[in-house]
Amino acid sequence: MFLGNFNNQLIKKMKLKHMKQLARNSSSILLGLALIGCGSNNTSQTANQNSSSSKTMIQNAGSDTMVNLAQAWAENYAKVNSEVSIEVSGGGSGTGIAALINGTTDIANCSRAMKAAEQQKAKDASGKDPKEYIMGYDALAVYVHKDCPLEELSLEQLAEIYGENGTITKWSELGITIPGCTSDEIIRVSRQSSSGTFAYFREAVLGEERDYKLGSRDMHGSKEVVELVQNTPCAIGYSGMGYATPEVKMLKISKTLGAEAYAPNVENTIAKTYPIARPLFVYSLGEPEGALKNYVDWCLGPEGQRIVNDSGYVSLTN
Amino acid sequence: MHPFQETIHSKSRQRKETYIKGLFCCMTIAIIIPLILIIGYMLHEASPVLSADFLLKAPERGMKAGGIWPALLGTIYLVMMSLIVAAPIGVMAAIYLNEYAGDNWLTRTVNLAVINLAGVPSIVHALFGLGAFVLFAGMGKSILAASLTLAVMTLPVIITSTKESLAAVPMAFREACWNVGATKWQTIRRVVIPNSISGMLTGFILEVSRAAGETAPIMFTGAVFYKAVEEGNLFAYNLTDQCMALSMHLFTISTQVPGVPEAIPFATAIVLLGTVLVINAFSIAFRIYLRSRKRW
Amino acid sequence: MQYQRGRWSRVIEFLIEWLIRISGISAILFVFGIFFFVFKEGAGFLVTKWKPIEFFTSVEWYPTSLSNKRYGILAIIAGSASVTLLAMMIAIPFSLGAAVFISEFCAPKLKEVLKVLIEFLAAIPSVVWGFIGLMIMNPLIIKIFNAPIGLNVLNGGIILALMSIPIIVSISEDALKAVPDSYREAAIALGVTKWQMIYRVLIPAAKNGLLAGGLLGVGRSIGETMAVLLATGHAVQIPNGPLDSVRTLTATIAAELGETEQGADHWQVLFIIGIFLFSITFVINLIAYLVVKGIRIQAGDS
Repeated sequence: MFLGNFNNQLIKKMKLKHMKQLARNSSSILLGLALIGCGSNNTSQTANQNSSSSKTMIQNAGSDTMVNLAQAWAENYAKVNSEVSIEVSGGGSGTGIAALINGTTDIANCSRAMKAAEQQKAKDASGKDPKEYIMGYDALAVYVHKDCPLEELSLEQLAEIYGENGTITKWSELGITIPGCTSDEIIRVSRQSSSGTFAYFREAVLGEERDYKLGSRDMHGSKEVVELVQNTPCAIGYSGMGYATPEVKMLKISKTLGAEAYAPNVENTIAKTYPIARPLFVYSLGEPEGALKNYVDWCLGPEGQRIVNDSGYVSLTN
Repeated sequence: MHPFQETIHSKSRQRKETYIKGLFCCMTIAIIIPLILIIGYMLHEASPVLSADFLLKAPERGMKAGGIWPALLGTIYLVMMSLIVAAPIGVMAAIYLNEYAGDNWLTRTVNLAVINLAGVPSIVHALFGLGAFVLFAGMGKSILAASLTLAVMTLPVIITSTKESLAAVPMAFREACWNVGATKWQTIRRVVIPNSISGMLTGFILEVSRAAGETAPIMFTGAVFYKAVEEGNLFAYNLTDQCMALSMHLFTISTQVPGVPEAIPFATAIVLLGTVLVINAFSIAFRIYLRSRKRW
Repeated sequence: MQYQRGRWSRVIEFLIEWLIRISGISAILFVFGIFFFVFKEGAGFLVTKWKPIEFFTSVEWYPTSLSNKRYGILAIIAGSASVTLLAMMIAIPFSLGAAVFISEFCAPKLKEVLKVLIEFLAAIPSVVWGFIGLMIMNPLIIKIFNAPIGLNVLNGGIILALMSIPIIVSISEDALKAVPDSYREAAIALGVTKWQMIYRVLIPAAKNGLLAGGLLGVGRSIGETMAVLLATGHAVQIPNGPLDSVRTLTATIAAELGETEQGADHWQVLFIIGIFLFSITFVINLIAYLVVKGIRIQAGDS
């Protein structure tokens, strides 16, 4: 052991003499290599973003409500045009808009309209005005467990259930008892705070100024909301009507207590009698061109609109 | 009374001891049982859709049918890339710790850093990946950024297991080599590494299993909800693309996609779980095999 | 010719040794890098607008309110703490029991099998655990406890317990194994039962290792993300009991970061939560490291 170490040290010392000069050279070589590495990395990336290669890439980010719709579009468009590959990511309307502003996505899906400030930001960043398309409509349904005897609610009642300092916390305060819900507590199921659905429900039900009551179960996805309501007799939740299953019940909603209540469906959405319905937007930076234009046109065309209907939303053609 | 005769006292003590043993045994079983029950139940739920087609087909009809091919491929890309990055760094770090480092403050700090790196929450790794690779290094959300994040996260796995296998090479091997005039590096390359290569492989296998299962670190650095890729094409992704991944896919179809038949998320979970467990089983079998043929 | 080849191989050797040294300290660089980059993203808010008292003592988490944005994480800290506490209350006794059983009672063959099974338990990905919590445990808890909702502290606690058991078992088992056999023999020679030996001799002798195991278990539970995101119900409230839903620090970042505008206040606050999490786990790991080092020094002395 000792001898070994000794040997090694000797060798090291001998080596050092020869090496000192080389050390400087080699470190500069390494630095050079690293730079080349970075450079080539960057160029390959831009090449891909320009996508002059075999496949054109369209990046599509935004609303979780629309992510399934966007996925269905992407899946079917791959069959129509195999030259174009579409990446779909969710993350929420805010993310989609942010990505559009940053230039990291081609299309932003939004379940709310872009704010003026956001439009300005996009223009400042890219020099182009964001172009808005309405792709269809979505009605936000209020879901309860299928055993729940409740049939309708007014917007005011919903606000008292969901809003900060709201007064309704028990089902009995709405005059009902639900079999299987012994605690009588209203289990509020909501969405996480940056989703477009969360923001739209707040705007439509609570008003701009009022916040949600804390303690709601803030689910990550719309499907999780419906699934939770389905498994939980005490629960109430909101989600796009496209997420309905036979295991849950959708309530009719009236504008004010005592007024006529409407069910969330295609007719009432088009007639604008159902109070919590919203348009679904798609934004691009500037007038879309080339592959992007073809894609957007296809989405607005008969095939794309059929998919809107199939996905549980209300198409423009209805 | 005979000095070794059983007393009532010792009998009760014996009974007590049996009880205690039974209790500990039950506690151990209570840990194992859920594992078996869960896997059994998930297999049962997944059985209707589990097939080779499920692995090799893309999701269809709004992810309500079809398979998981793009996710499976994405996971393979991420895992391989992270291994390519983490393996050399990890092995070299282990060589440094075991062969070069003296017992000083630097070594102690490195050891502490390795432990800490292993203990950093996965979501913090995600924040790091987002801040460092996606934004700062300008890689954007891509396979590259995601696999680098995974590589940093799984580095301790490789360092720890390689260090163990290096330490298992007897000192006498090194001394013999030094004494015939070989340099430190020659010794490492010709003697130490060949004698510990199998232990390193175990570390790589473990890294793969760890990287394959992670969700949080790739969520913000490169995993997408959906991407249409050609079925059966192994080169469908570019390193600068985003990709689907099994773990992310399981998360999205169980929280976001409506109307998915229950069997599909269960089958996805089983594929993910199965992949990870099979890889782990490999590592364990390999370890047992190595122990049996150890020559020193 | 001979000379030149020697020179080249020396250059290569020099480069490789250089690379090895760099890689050697890479772990330090990465830990530092993690702190730096997470801090960098959160720094703007931290320096200018951060109100630490409100941040740590307010339960009001309204990051996207239109009228009045509030960033109080007390309820979320309480969520993380409650789930971790419950997980440890389940995991520590079971892990100790299992470690003692594996190390002291069972035959070598069975020992191998049990260790492999526990390793499998450790390998299950966290998103699969979350899925189990969502799909299997949720209906079970509603049925068994007649709870209004099955995504709660109990659900998350059980799952985190199962997730942290392997690490606690393996470290505790190592610690028990490290107790010299002479201790056991001395105790048995005095005529004590096996239980007395374990309780009075082994556990005190291995207590540092057991403590380190528990600490690492706590670290694992606090840092776990996907499982708690899916299993705890994700509700901002201070829980009154194990059947209440909560939200954890990790889940908050995972759920909200993807939907937040880059560089906005909300985004920066999420990174500050990241710094907070990093600091907690750093301290826990540091303590565990010191405790384990304490054992080594002790062992070196004896």
